[in-house]
Amino acid sequence: MTERCAVIGIGQTYHKAKREDVSIAGLVREAARAALDDAGMDWGDIDAVVVGKAPDMFEGIMMPELYLASALGAVGKPMLRVHTAGSVGGSTAIVAAHLVQSGIHKRVLTVAFEKQSDSDAMWALSVPRPFSAPLLAGAGGYFAPIIRAYMHRSGAPNDVGMKVAVKDRLQALKNPYAHLHLPDISLKMVEESIMLWDPLHYLESCPSSDGAAAMVIASEDVAESTSKVTGRPPAWVHGTAMRSEPTMFAGRNQVNPQAGRDCAKDVYAQAGITNPRQQLDCAEVYVPFSWYEPMWLENLGFCDEGDGWKLTESGATALDGGDIPWNCSGGVLSSNPIGASGMLRFLEAALQVRNMAGEHQVEGASRALGHAYGGGSQFFSMWVVGSDKR
Amino acid sequence: MTEENLAPVTMLSTPIRLDYDFTAGLAQSKTLAGYAQGKFIGQRCPKCKQVYVPSGGSCPTDGVAMDEVVELPNTGTVTTYCIVNVPFAGQSIELPYICGQILLDGANISFMGLLQEIPTDEVRMGLRVEAVWVPEDELGPNLSSVKYFRPTGEPDADYETFKEYL
Repeated sequence: MTERCAVIGIGQTYHKAKREDVSIAGLVREAARAALDDAGMDWGDIDAVVVGKAPDMFEGIMMPELYLASALGAVGKPMLRVHTAGSVGGSTAIVAAHLVQSGIHKRVLTVAFEKQSDSDAMWALSVPRPFSAPLLAGAGGYFAPIIRAYMHRSGAPNDVGMKVAVKDRLQALKNPYAHLHLPDISLKMVEESIMLWDPLHYLESCPSSDGAAAMVIASEDVAESTSKVTGRPPAWVHGTAMRSEPTMFAGRNQVNPQAGRDCAKDVYAQAGITNPRQQLDCAEVYVPFSWYEPMWLENLGFCDEGDGWKLTESGATALDGGDIPWNCSGGVLSSNPIGASGMLRFLEAALQVRNMAGEHQVEGASRALGHAYGGGSQFFSMWVVGSDKR
Repeated sequence: MTEENLAPVTMLSTPIRLDYDFTAGLAQSKTLAGYAQGKFIGQRCPKCKQVYVPSGGSCPTDGVAMDEVVELPNTGTVTTYCIVNVPFAGQSIELPYICGQILLDGANISFMGLLQEIPTDEVRMGLRVEAVWVPEDELGPNLSSVKYFRPTGEPDADYETFKEYL
């Protein structure tokens, strides 16, 4: 990886429970068009398209990239589909970045999406198999026991998760694209919501959203010349990393997975970061269930193991007054078009360092982390972006 | 026909049916055949000596074939759990139910099991449990042969004994 690359165009849809006005093709095109507009480009300017989404079983459309080729302007160009479960939005952006960093292409359009109103993710993640009991109740059913293990191991008070649920929804109020806008959100409201997967309340879980995210990633010369024309700054990619590990192996640390720690170490080394809490201005981290904020604070090295909940509790991760704001956009807890959720984290990190995040902008942010994870915490993808070249 | 008659079609539901042909392979065949006899059959890695049940035939850590077959007892420990109270399509168990991670005695990996014969507010990490199998004539080569797990009444397992298997 020798060539510099940068994000020069960003687009996303308004995320909603149901986008009945558009098909999947219409949804992805909306985000892609917005990213091209931001980059000051048109379909013909793009060299290659990289598209990602979560399992095909969700919407029941096998290989949707085949029929999306024309909607994404990929006719006559290389097109690549990426899949790494929930982390796919992140890994899709990374594949696009690598196509530029390797010198193969100069302008790559990358898009990720999910149309959950067309799908039944809960069913698709809970299909009975002969070698397991028919007990798995979606992603919440998978992660709730791991969260309980974290609570036991760290000795965290029971309300830390609820605090994250409130914080991220308050931040979502500053993001017009967020699916959930709950102006009355409070600890009491979260506590009184139904206990879906004990210890997880309904309001400690992510919503089901329709939505798409898109970025134009360009080489150094293209980024500089287009930026002069559009007047909008690029977000320079300082590092990218992906890691995976088996879903199950004896002695696996599911609360604090090795693959996540290794991935963070790699991306920080590339970006020259030795103390993420001090050296990053903000982070967009994949937190689909409230307790994953303190768990990933530890996994990503923002504090020592066992101290993540203390950071959350102190308000350090809040946009309002925190020293290391997490998920200023409202995060996955406020918008979850699954396949796009990871790309939204990467894209929001880029928006922050371009100083284009609007009301949820962290003042003067110059370096940010985008993070996604997927499967049974077995796939991780991360990038660090900055307002300056590295 | 006028354009007004052509109201937009916003949603079409088209149910599909999925039938699986599942080739279990040599290792999982042993585990599945064990269920048909009311037994838990696992395998031990020759290198790290960890016991997997069910076993996929190779060690995920060492990447070597596991050739030693190990029969495991009916008893184990609940390492962690959640109480499921969310309805979804295809669900076959009455809500709320307790989904436990069961670490069989002698195994080094836990699997999901239904917990019954205990109120939801009394379940806990470290609870000692045993498998209740379906009647002999209903046993088959699948995990549905285990009806559920229930408390044995023994004292809870010490956290130190299962903390590596959460």
